[in-house]
Amino acid sequence: MTAAEKKAEQSTRAELSAEGVRVEFTTRAGRVARALDGANLLVRGGEVVALVGESGSGKTTLARTLVGLAEPVAGEIRWQGSPMKRSGRGLKALRRHVQLVLQDPAGALNPRQTVYESVAEGLRVHHLVAKSGRTETELVAEALASAGLRPPETLFLRYPHELSGGQRQRVLIAGALAVQPQLLIADEPVSSLDASIRGEILALLLKLREELGLGVLVVTHDLGLAWNIADRIAVMYLGRVVEAGPTEEVLTSPQHPYTQALLSVVPEMTGLEPIVLRGEIPDPTRIPSGCRFHPRCPALASGAAEAVADACRGRSLEILPADPEGHRSACHLVAARERVVARRDGSSLTSSRPATSSTGAGSAAEAGGGTS
Amino acid sequence: MSTSELLEMRDVHVTYRTSEGELPAVRGVDLTVRRGQIVGVAGESGCGKSTLASTVLRLQAANAMVSGEVLFDGQDVLTMRWGDLRAVRWVGASIVFQGALHSLNPVHRIGAQIAEPIQVHAPGLAEGRVRERIESLLEQVGLDPARARSYPHQLSGGQKQRVMIAMALACDPQLVVADEPTTALDVMVQAQVLGVLSGLVRERGLGMMMISHDLSVLGDLCDRITVMYAGRVVEEGPAEQIFADPLHPYSAALSAAFPRVGDPSARFAPSGLPGDPPLPWDLPGGCTFAPRCPRAAEVCLPAEPVLTSYGEGRAAACVRIGQPDETQHHGSPGEVAS
Repeated sequence: MTAAEKKAEQSTRAELSAEGVRVEFTTRAGRVARALDGANLLVRGGEVVALVGESGSGKTTLARTLVGLAEPVAGEIRWQGSPMKRSGRGLKALRRHVQLVLQDPAGALNPRQTVYESVAEGLRVHHLVAKSGRTETELVAEALASAGLRPPETLFLRYPHELSGGQRQRVLIAGALAVQPQLLIADEPVSSLDASIRGEILALLLKLREELGLGVLVVTHDLGLAWNIADRIAVMYLGRVVEAGPTEEVLTSPQHPYTQALLSVVPEMTGLEPIVLRGEIPDPTRIPSGCRFHPRCPALASGAAEAVADACRGRSLEILPADPEGHRSACHLVAARERVVARRDGSSLTSSRPATSSTGAGSAAEAGGGTS
Repeated sequence: MSTSELLEMRDVHVTYRTSEGELPAVRGVDLTVRRGQIVGVAGESGCGKSTLASTVLRLQAANAMVSGEVLFDGQDVLTMRWGDLRAVRWVGASIVFQGALHSLNPVHRIGAQIAEPIQVHAPGLAEGRVRERIESLLEQVGLDPARARSYPHQLSGGQKQRVMIAMALACDPQLVVADEPTTALDVMVQAQVLGVLSGLVRERGLGMMMISHDLSVLGDLCDRITVMYAGRVVEEGPAEQIFADPLHPYSAALSAAFPRVGDPSARFAPSGLPGDPPLPWDLPGGCTFAPRCPRAAEVCLPAEPVLTSYGEGRAAACVRIGQPDETQHHGSPGEVAS
């Protein structure tokens, strides 16, 4: 099989999705924290998707759920169309194809294992050496080289403390690449790294997409990073995706007031008045009723959303579907504006279709769970 | 020296004495911070920026040899008597350390930790007055005064970082040194913390020295930026110019690492700088940046470039500024500049 064929095959086959996933944790006081509350997301081979949001938005929980490290109480994770099996064997089969690169490379590597041992572990777990017909040393060297660590042999016997931050991050990526996955989920791959190494790691992710047809989900709070490498972007707030679409559209004309605020505080953004939201994401044991963003929403506070204020406070929003093409946002104000435009133009749909509010089962469930 | 100059560092050298020999971490740095001014110090890990900051309050490690002058309000911190130094610490200048998330004592309440420097430096102060002071400090950094009764584990990362800032302000210092104050925080919390810091400088006329590897943050917040590489200043000037129009190739690489959202040239083109900074015991001859520099040429090799003035308040240490790029490094023969 040629590289091009392999790439084409991977990009059509690989598809990981979260469908209405809800993940709950019980606090010591017995309250239920809903870390994910109906999250939809789709990642396919050959594309880079950025999952962005503040700390506490649930983005890391979603990444962990996608590889079976957290168990949803509702909803489903699907790999190539079929539901993830939560048996040991099922999870192992999934992780053969979907690899997670953890945040904080200093903590994620075993300090008592050499680089060689760390990278070879995946090969041994999945018995890949015998199948490949090559030696383990060759495969480890190849993985290190494709993560940009050259010449690989010089690093075999090093321990994590002997490496720089950028090298450790590459060793983690090499360990994931060794099993030749189709998707890579990288949690904040560059947040702890120096400015100079940051660009190199991002370029590496793009190169792997180009050469191996790898699909990449990057979890990050850095919108500049998303602009740098992502085809699509999904913005999370309090356990749900609130805006999603092609990166260019979402970052140049954000619809949701939350996305607008996030974008306005990126330091290098000039010409945007910074909208600094007060406080932090609310406690997920007490998800606000109505739109979950309403207590911090600048549009509601400034009166710009006065016409839909009752809906913002009382009526919950439909969950955004995992649409791989369109630009959507879950906001009453955006929906109201779209309705006005649609009435004036006579056309019912524009390129951006917001999820309009509904009074169906979803909102009843939310109103019950949110305030009690 | 005019009174507006709060901190003046002159030709500061710091060398660590280790079993492997002497490691020069800072090699002749000049830096000035005026009242009401935020000065940024940028560079990668290992370029000497935190070592430089530690000399402001003579907090450098025991194996560090320091020479030069660090004048705080005209007095040299490096040669000051111990009692005078004690008066400068907290009251004159204070430091917000990197990794604040782990700097708080987990078994003491926030209020007690902020109270400590106040009680040490104003021993006679009544308990009620100390409590008032703590509450007003927490308010200044945008926290609920009731938080004084919380333990560190009950706070989020952004809240802990604000507590660290409140603590640094406890004794009303004139100078605050902030070492990577927002590195571990997400964008919104970073914006909140930076807003608190710049508000303090504006309202109270503090001087601030802010250390970061993120040139986009410094460009946004600071008045001036000093870029360090391998223990030396390679460029210095007004913040927005350094970020938007850097002279030194190293500053240019740091600036390009943070893309402007909306800039089409940055789409699918992340910009990095290959290689690592040189090790202090193995500095290359000539320009220390040359081995990683995209513009390096023969002229860079004989001697380490000196900081040269390029117009109003700008200086850079690079012999290639203003020279055309040579064709053996870049481009096709068609692009030869005649």
